[in-house]
Amino acid sequence: MATIEMTYRDAISKVLAEEIEHDENVLIMGEDIGRYQGTFRVTQGMFEKYGGKRILDTPITEAGFTGIAIGAAMVGLRPVVEMMTMSFSILAMDQIINHAAKIHYMTGGQAKVPLVVRGPGGAAKQLSAQHTHCLEGWYAHAPGLKVVAPATAVDAYGMLRTAIRDDNPVIFTENPGLYTIKGEIPDDKDFSIPFGKAQILHEGNDVSLIGYSRMTQVNLAAAEALEKDGISAEVVDVRSLSPLDMTTINASVAKTHRAVVVYEDWKFGGFGGEIAARIGEESFDELDAPVVRCGGLNVPTPYARNLELECIPDVDDVIAAVRKLS
Amino acid sequence: MAKAKLEELESPAMLEEFYRQMVFIRRFEEKCNVAYRLGKIGGYMHTAVGMEVTPVGFNHVLKPTYDYIITAYRDHPQPLLLGSDPVAVMGEIMGRSAGLSRGKGGSMHVYDIEKGFFGGWGIVGGHIPLGAGLAFGSKYKGEDRVTLCLLGDGAANQGVVFESMNMAALWDLPIIFAIENNEFAMGTRLEYHAADTELYKRGEPFGIKSERVDGMDILSFIKDAKRIVDWVRKEQKPFVMEIMNYRYNGHGAADNDRQLYRTKEEEAAAEKRDPIARLEKVLIDRNIMNREKMEAIDEELTDQVEAIYEAADASPFPDASEVYANVYTDMDPEKGH
Ligand SMILES: Cc1ncc(C[n+]2csc(CCOP(=O)(O)OP(=O)(O)O)c2C)c(N)n1
Ligand SMILES: [Mg+2]
Repeated sequence: MATIEMTYRDAISKVLAEEIEHDENVLIMGEDIGRYQGTFRVTQGMFEKYGGKRILDTPITEAGFTGIAIGAAMVGLRPVVEMMTMSFSILAMDQIINHAAKIHYMTGGQAKVPLVVRGPGGAAKQLSAQHTHCLEGWYAHAPGLKVVAPATAVDAYGMLRTAIRDDNPVIFTENPGLYTIKGEIPDDKDFSIPFGKAQILHEGNDVSLIGYSRMTQVNLAAAEALEKDGISAEVVDVRSLSPLDMTTINASVAKTHRAVVVYEDWKFGGFGGEIAARIGEESFDELDAPVVRCGGLNVPTPYARNLELECIPDVDDVIAAVRKLS
Repeated sequence: MAKAKLEELESPAMLEEFYRQMVFIRRFEEKCNVAYRLGKIGGYMHTAVGMEVTPVGFNHVLKPTYDYIITAYRDHPQPLLLGSDPVAVMGEIMGRSAGLSRGKGGSMHVYDIEKGFFGGWGIVGGHIPLGAGLAFGSKYKGEDRVTLCLLGDGAANQGVVFESMNMAALWDLPIIFAIENNEFAMGTRLEYHAADTELYKRGEPFGIKSERVDGMDILSFIKDAKRIVDWVRKEQKPFVMEIMNYRYNGHGAADNDRQLYRTKEEEAAAEKRDPIARLEKVLIDRNIMNREKMEAIDEELTDQVEAIYEAADASPFPDASEVYANVYTDMDPEKGH
């Protein structure tokens, strides 16, 4: 299949535009996404092309417009809600968790909520404590929500299409640090990647580095660095937190016998703990060492750059975690 | 700055003070913009260029450091006027150990609680119930403090605003919800985000006294603000104020696309309402100051800001141990990656 090289950001823009054209019930809602072209420019040019009915600028009222999207989804629309940053989705959490996630169940299957909530999550550069949350683990905790966190341009492209065509509420988390990475995208307006499938992005034999979103890119860099020291690391990109593909994770652990789970969220109580526990339960006999987690420091993200860098797991932190295993 | 009587508010000395404060804020904010471009300040940073009347006016009619002030992320002017160490304000904005929060908050999160300044918040609308809570606390304790809760036109749409106004009216909380209507919520014009653009009316359904005032003219503003502050203090009830002003800079230092939401002509027209130029005209018309004196003041304040910046820049980045300090009052969180 022919491919086109593009950034993670452009891959998301492309699929949004294609789905707007594919299905008249798809619309995008969010703050500054239309006339202002989107804070991270994901919706650039779309307001001019598709108009205000499909590309809807909202007031700064996350709880309200997310609720409106949920209600509209119950009667057949397929809204894609852009959160300017995922931290602002906390204001809409009642609508998402207390409502969207439960509607199909509480109505005994009568109603569906084909909703996507997407936007950048995690730290960028010095955005301080209120703008840097990693919420994918919080959302993955709630039954009824599907949660994905692609790490590459092609996955962003394929998984966002799956999200928009899915009949369940989907949390699609991006990361400010991923928008400019490039990848090859298939030239196919129906290309999609199913949820619940992890992938091996770098093969190795000594240790499995398991992560998602930007941490997968950190793991790839760590694997390269470890190789120079004669350690062969396998990078498992989880991609989909809920549903979670333990088959691929367990198969990797069966090969390497060691696992480090890497996540940007606060280490304490984060989603990496779920993966680590599952490996412990399901691959206990394969393990040569306890599963190690490498997560963000348990503090509100500080502003000062030197402190902020301390908080977010980086290549050195992953290598240090690997060293704990030997 | 002691609380002034009405007639004093127009004395030559007072007008000079207004002038100095407004020019100081503008030069301070402009220096922040320069420092941002040099990479000395990071993240999101928002200046109040064009919006100097609000903090300066309130500074003279509130009881500084006794009354409470809370605002969103456009938070540099208030602590500077309350007498916070300006090096600590600049240090915070630059993420240095000399900062008010030792660099952990940054530009959006400046606090000087001892001076009655409660920040400095990044979630649009999030601080508004907190403001009502400050007023609740002072009233509960039998004090006669006034809480000034500043918010933007965009913030005025958040649900918690209406919830807070309802409770403030229900419980007679001594708070001024001061909506600074600068016509834009980031890149969205007022008419695209507000169903009714007369934002002062938002207090009316709750029976809150509400009023729209000019926020570009310090002389009229100070009288309006004084009347309202005195009323709130005496009655111990809420008030909604809509302050009409304009921001000359982009939304934040990272907003380089003002033409996406306003024209150059519109900006030029707004420049003509510049509150500092307006005050200069009054100073000249009343023979209080000539151009030379103004230029001398400007130069003096520019040098002062330069010295503040240099002192802040000489301060080291926070010590690594800061990362775990203040998560709790009495313990550390679990440590390590
Ligand atoms: C809950 C939330 N949503 C969105 C944002 C992003 N944001 C920051 S400031 C802003 C515009 C606010 O405009 P306004 O209240 O008018 O204040 P101004 O910046 O004009 O002072 C937006 C959308 C945010 N910080 N918090
Ligand atoms: Mg505004």
